[in-house]
Amino acid sequence: MIFPKWTNQIPFLIPIGLALVGGAVAAGVTVYCTPKNTRVGYQPVQPVPFSHAVHAGQLGVDCRYCHSTVEKSWFSSIPAASTCMNCHSLILKDDPRLALVRESFTNNTPIPWVQVHIVPDYVYFNHSVHVARGFSCVECHGRVDQMDEVHHAKSLSMSFCLDCHRNPAAFIRPPGKVTDLGWQWSTNAAEAAKLQEVNGKNFVHDWRVESLQSCSACHR
Amino acid sequence: MRHLLYSILLIVAIAAAAFTIVGIPGHLSRKPPLEVFPDMDRQAKLRPAQPFDFFTNGLSSQLPPAGTVVRSSPVKTLNGEVYSYQDVPFNTGRVTGTTNFVALNPLPVGSALLQRGRGQFDIYCAPCHGGLGDGNGITKKLGVMPAVISLHDKRIIEMTDGEIFNTITHGKGLMGAYGPTVTAQDRWAIIAYTRALELSRLGSPDELSAEQRAALKK
Ligand code: HEC
Ligand code: HEC
Ligand code: HEC
Ligand code: HEC
Ligand code: HEC
Ligand code: HEC
Repeated sequence: MIFPKWTNQIPFLIPIGLALVGGAVAAGVTVYCTPKNTRVGYQPVQPVPFSHAVHAGQLGVDCRYCHSTVEKSWFSSIPAASTCMNCHSLILKDDPRLALVRESFTNNTPIPWVQVHIVPDYVYFNHSVHVARGFSCVECHGRVDQMDEVHHAKSLSMSFCLDCHRNPAAFIRPPGKVTDLGWQWSTNAAEAAKLQEVNGKNFVHDWRVESLQSCSACHR
Repeated sequence: MRHLLYSILLIVAIAAAAFTIVGIPGHLSRKPPLEVFPDMDRQAKLRPAQPFDFFTNGLSSQLPPAGTVVRSSPVKTLNGEVYSYQDVPFNTGRVTGTTNFVALNPLPVGSALLQRGRGQFDIYCAPCHGGLGDGNGITKKLGVMPAVISLHDKRIIEMTDGEIFNTITHGKGLMGAYGPTVTAQDRWAIIAYTRALELSRLGSPDELSAEQRAALKK
């Protein structure tokens, strides 16, 4: 007998093994190689230990005090050192953590902040259309006002964008509340969902908010 | 059947090893995200505020060259339409050709301007001067910025609108400049709203109608 008896099972074992390996590879790719994992959680080390939890959360400074172009342009600006110095010329004025900010202010050199959220160059994004229409920062950036260091909270993948573009009524809120990240229609979850449904439909209808799904909306 | 069991165990072991090497999905990481085809993701074009060594200051965003003016649409003021480069009270807070401050807001004050002013005041002024303009913003409450003044001061009430415009635009004493971040139109809106805040404390019950007074007494 050249072949032992168990070799008779090989024709059955090969497909089973292939299925298991293929399944593992497919699962690994969907878990590890999609934006949900590659981007979410990205938290670079910033040159100055600036905390949104302190400034936007505890102090309650509005996002637009620092990101002042967010309502008017496609681009959301990162504040210049002079904006920090409005307060830090008096507060913590000799603190070593702020040395880079003071240096930037006096020498007019940029602070090398590391950009966290960035779409590929073939995608055209626009802040003002979203923010001015009543889509909050929290939908795309998470609870920044509770983060000490900013991290990437949402995937910002194409399906993420389309989930909202297909049904904006589920996300829209009064435009005055876009920078109030913890805002809800009501503290009662069931009631909030009902108000979102009713008001969302009305807002989308009354303000003629479009549901943009053609490729050229985002790829030009 | 033993072999099947062994192979399953082997796969589980490999998966466990993979998990320990690449980490639990979605956890915080200092590593920049992977870009599989970087030539499409990052094309040869400039984004604002990025490093770029073509210019001597190493930045992609440049200031406009001296002597150029911003292309913009005109703004309607009480004295006709004005552009951002003109020497008019709307842009400088001063009477054209002099250094005297204008007394009154060059924009027509109405509820739309006041609403806009309220929003902008709450963003840019409230952290220090407080939502009511009384100087009790969060920075004063924390005791870190005691110098903040109340906008209900007699001195500020008597100050011309033009001088307040100048203070917001260029800063004054310990207060920073807000000209770079707040547009001229919004600065005038803020001033209109500041005047409304001041009036709210200067009013007397005699100015109210009989019904309003009755409602107040309750
Ligand atoms: C509205 C005023 C205000 C502005 C504007 C402001 N800060 Fe602060 N900052 C504060 C206050 C108040 C504290 C808390 C001080 C304390 O802890 O005693 C603080 C604390 C800090 C700290 C210490 C961090 C910590 O965890 O305590 C750093 C670093 C800092 N700020 C950086 C910045 C930078 C960078 C900017 C500009 C982007 C900025 N701040 C703008 C008011 C401000
Ligand atoms: C006191 C100034 C200040 C305020 C107020 C502020 N930010 Fe920021 N923000 C910064 C600075 C400085 C950075 C760059 C450093 C960093 O990433 O932490 C930044 C970075 C960010 C980023 C990451 C940008 C990137 O590179 O992708 C987001 C998102 C953001 N802010 C959202 C918000 C939101 C939402 C609010 C309001 C709840 C807010 N910020 C309020 C100063 C501020
Ligand atoms: C509809 C989704 C969406 C909303 C709503 C949104 N953002 Fe963003 N934000 C993005 C995307 C996408 C990027 C990456 C843009 C890019 O590639 O330049 C970004 C980038 C940023 C950056 C970094 C810009 C840079 O160049 O470093 C800041 C700061 C920021 N957003 C702040 C805000 C603030 C503050 C708000 C709320 C007022 C807000 N965003 C609302 C999607 C959004
Ligand atoms: C929370 C909801 C929401 C999310 C998330 C969202 N969008 Fe939008 N976006 C909208 C709505 C609604 C409009 C249409 C606004 C209008 O009608 O004026 C819009 C408009 C746009 C426009 C303007 C198109 C034009 O005609 O100029 C672009 C570009 C865009 N979105 C890109 C994106 C990208 C890229 C993403 C993902 C990073 C994204 N959006 C995520 C709701 C969203
Ligand atoms: C709401 C905005 C939006 C619309 C509409 C949209 N896309 Fe996209 N698309 C994106 C974003 C954002 C990405 C980047 C995804 C990423 O980096 O994870 C993307 C990526 C892609 C990619 C590259 C995929 C990859 O993973 O590398 C292709 C191809 C693409 N889109 C094709 C299309 C086509 C075809 C349509 C029309 C049917 C379309 N897109 C409509 C936002 C949009
Ligand atoms: C970072 C804190 C801060 C913010 C924000 C701020 N101020 Fe001030 N402001 C001050 C301080 C401090 C003074 C007192 C300056 C002094 O006397 O040296 C002052 C003084 C003033 C004065 C009186 C100037 C004079 O002639 O004595 C006016 C008017 C004023 N602020 C208006 C505003 C308006 C309008 C805004 C919103 C655009 C604003 N401030 C935002 C801190 C601030």
